[in-house]
Amino acid sequence: MLINNIISLLNTSLRMAAPLILAALGGVFSERSGVINIALEGIMLISAFMAMVGSYLTGNPWIGVLAAVFFGGLVAAVHAFVSIHLKANQVVSGTAINIFAAGVTSFMLRVMFESAGQSPSVTKVKDWTLPIINDIPILGDILGKHTPFVYISLILVVFSYWLLFKTPFGLRVRSVGEHPAAADSVGINVYKIRYIAVIMSGLFAGLAGASLSIGLLDLFVENMTSGRGFIALAAMIFGKWTPQGALLAALLFGFADALQMLAQTMGLSFIPRQFLLMAPYILTILALAGVIGSANPPAADGESYEKE
Amino acid sequence: MADNDKIVAEKKEENRYYKWLASMIIPVLAVITGLLVGAIFMLAIGRDPVQAYIVLFNSAFGSLNGFAETLVNTTPLIFTGLAVAFAFRTGLFNIGGDGQFLIGYIASTWLGFFFQLPLFIHLPLALLGGMVAAGLWGGFAGLLKAKLGVHEVITTIMMNYIALYLVSYLTGGPLKASGFMPATPKIADTAKLMRLLPFGRLNAGFIVALVAAYIVYYILWRTTLGYEIRAVGLNPNAAEYGGIKAARNMILAMFISGCLAGLAGVTQSLGLEFRAYQPFGFIGYGFTGIAVALLGKNHPAGVVLGAFLFGILQRGSMLMQSIAGVPKEVIEIIQAIIILFVAAEYLFTLLSNRIKKYRKETSDVN
Repeated sequence: MLINNIISLLNTSLRMAAPLILAALGGVFSERSGVINIALEGIMLISAFMAMVGSYLTGNPWIGVLAAVFFGGLVAAVHAFVSIHLKANQVVSGTAINIFAAGVTSFMLRVMFESAGQSPSVTKVKDWTLPIINDIPILGDILGKHTPFVYISLILVVFSYWLLFKTPFGLRVRSVGEHPAAADSVGINVYKIRYIAVIMSGLFAGLAGASLSIGLLDLFVENMTSGRGFIALAAMIFGKWTPQGALLAALLFGFADALQMLAQTMGLSFIPRQFLLMAPYILTILALAGVIGSANPPAADGESYEKE
Repeated sequence: MADNDKIVAEKKEENRYYKWLASMIIPVLAVITGLLVGAIFMLAIGRDPVQAYIVLFNSAFGSLNGFAETLVNTTPLIFTGLAVAFAFRTGLFNIGGDGQFLIGYIASTWLGFFFQLPLFIHLPLALLGGMVAAGLWGGFAGLLKAKLGVHEVITTIMMNYIALYLVSYLTGGPLKASGFMPATPKIADTAKLMRLLPFGRLNAGFIVALVAAYIVYYILWRTTLGYEIRAVGLNPNAAEYGGIKAARNMILAMFISGCLAGLAGVTQSLGLEFRAYQPFGFIGYGFTGIAVALLGKNHPAGVVLGAFLFGILQRGSMLMQSIAGVPKEVIEIIQAIIILFVAAEYLFTLLSNRIKKYRKETSDVN
C-alpha cells in the first residue's frame, strides 16, 4: 500500500513537472539573452487554448500541439518586438501580454462554444509507453507510461543544455545577456540573438501550454495555467538559470504539487494543502535571498540595448 | 523691465501648458487604440461596437446609481494605481499589488470581527491595521531588494502566491466562520465604513482613496522623503552620492506602496463585503493598477483619472455582456492594448522621427 502510494506520487510528480520543465526552459533562453519574460504565464494560456482548438477542429491532437507552438512563438515575438525594438519595460510588456491572454482566451471560449468556464472535451495526445523500461518493476510504473510531453520535456533539457553551453549560438545568447555592448563589439547581432532567444522561449512555453489542455486534461478550462507560468519562472531562478537546474527545481515543485494532490485525495490533513502549494514560492525567495545557495541573474537581464 | 518679466512669466506658463498637453497625448492615443482594437474584436464576432460603447457610457453616466457604482469600481483601482505609481517613482516595480490586497483584506477583516470596540477606535484600528500589515508584506520585498539586491518583481510575484494560499488557508481554516461557506465571520458594525448614499454600495472607502491620492501627492512633492524618493528613482547612484540613503528609501517606498495596495483590500472588506471570502484566484486589481499608473503617468491626479476610466470599463463590461452581447473579457483585451501602447511610448517617438525625416527629405528635394 505504502509502496504503491510512493510510486503513484513519483509518477504524478513527473506528470505535473512536465509543463513546468518546458516553460522554465523557455525562461532560461529568454533571460539568458537578457530579456525578462514574465509573459510565460500568458503564452502558456494562449497556447493551451490553441492546442484545444487545433485538436477540436481537426480531431488530431498533434495539430493542436503545432498550433500551440506556433502561437506561443507568435506571442513571444510580440513581446520581443515591444521589449527589444520599442525598448519598453519588459515587465510591463509581459504584464500586458498576461492580461491580454486571460482576456482573449475567455473571450474566444464564449464566442466559440457559447459557454463560460470550459471547452468541450477534445482528443488528447495519447500516452507513450517506453519499451523495456515499462517492464521493469517500480521504475516502469514511475517512468514507463506517460504523455509524450514528459519525455519531450526531458529530451529538451538535454538539448537545451547542449545548445546553451556547447554551441557557438549558446555562447552568443549568454554573452548578449551578460554584456551586450561587448558582444556587439565583436560583431554579434544583439537584437537578432535576443529575438531568437525570446521566440524560442515562446515555442517552449507553447509546448507547456499544450501539455496542460491536451496532455494533462482533454479540454481547456478558463485560466487553466493558474500561476504555472510563474512557478516555471521560479523554477528557472531556483535552477540558477540553467536547463539542468530548472529540471531539478521543476521536479521538486512537481513533487510538492503531487504531494498536495495525494493528500487531498486521501483526505490527509497532516499539513494544509495550501502550505504545499506555496512551497515553491517560499523556496524561490529563500534561494534568491541566499539562504539556499545563491541565485544571480544574467548581468544585463531586463535591460534594453541601444546600439551606438 | 516689468513688461519683460511678465512676458517671461507668460512664456513659462505657456510652456507648462504645452508640456501638460504633450504628456496627455500618449495616454489618450493609447485609450483610443485600445477602444479601436476592442471594436475590431466585437466586429469580428458580429456585434455592434457603437451600441456596446453606448451601453458602456450609459452604465456609468446614465443614472446616479450607475455613477455611484462606477465609483465603487474605481476605489480599489485608485489604491493599487497609487501603489504602483509610488513604487515607480523610486524606480521600483511593485507587481505584488494583488498579494498586498489580500493581506490588507484578511488583516482588516480579522481586526473587524475579533474585537468589540467603540466606532472611533475600531474603524481606524481595522483600517490602519490592515494597511500596515500589507505595508509590511510589501516592505519585505523592498528589504530584500535593498539589502540583498533581489529583484522586487520576482519577490513580489512569489509573494502574491504566498498571500493567495495563506489567505485561502486562513479563510478555510483558522479564521473560518461556522457553517458551510469558506469565509470569515462578519465584522462588527463598528468597523464598517459608512455608506455615502441612501442606496447602492458607495462608501467612505472612496473618500479614503481620494485622501490617499492627496497624501501621495503631498509626500512626493512637498516633503524631504518625497524628494529623496524621486531622486533615488531618477538615479540611485547620484542620490547616494548626494547623501541620500537609497536602501532606506527603497524599503520605505515599498512599505508605503504596500500600504496603498493593502487599502484596496481593506476597503473591499470594511466597505463592501464585511467579511473575507476564500479567494480562488486574484481579482487582478494589482495588475490593473499597473495599467492605471502607466496611464496616469505615475502622478496621483493621473492615477485617479486612470482608475475612473478603468472603473467605467469594469462596471460597464457586465452590462455590455448582457445588453450588447459582447463577452465582458473584451475589457481585458482593451486594457492590455492600452498598457502595451503606453509602455511602447518609444513607438510614437520612432514614428514622429520618421515623419520629421520624411518631411525634411521632401523639403530638401524642393
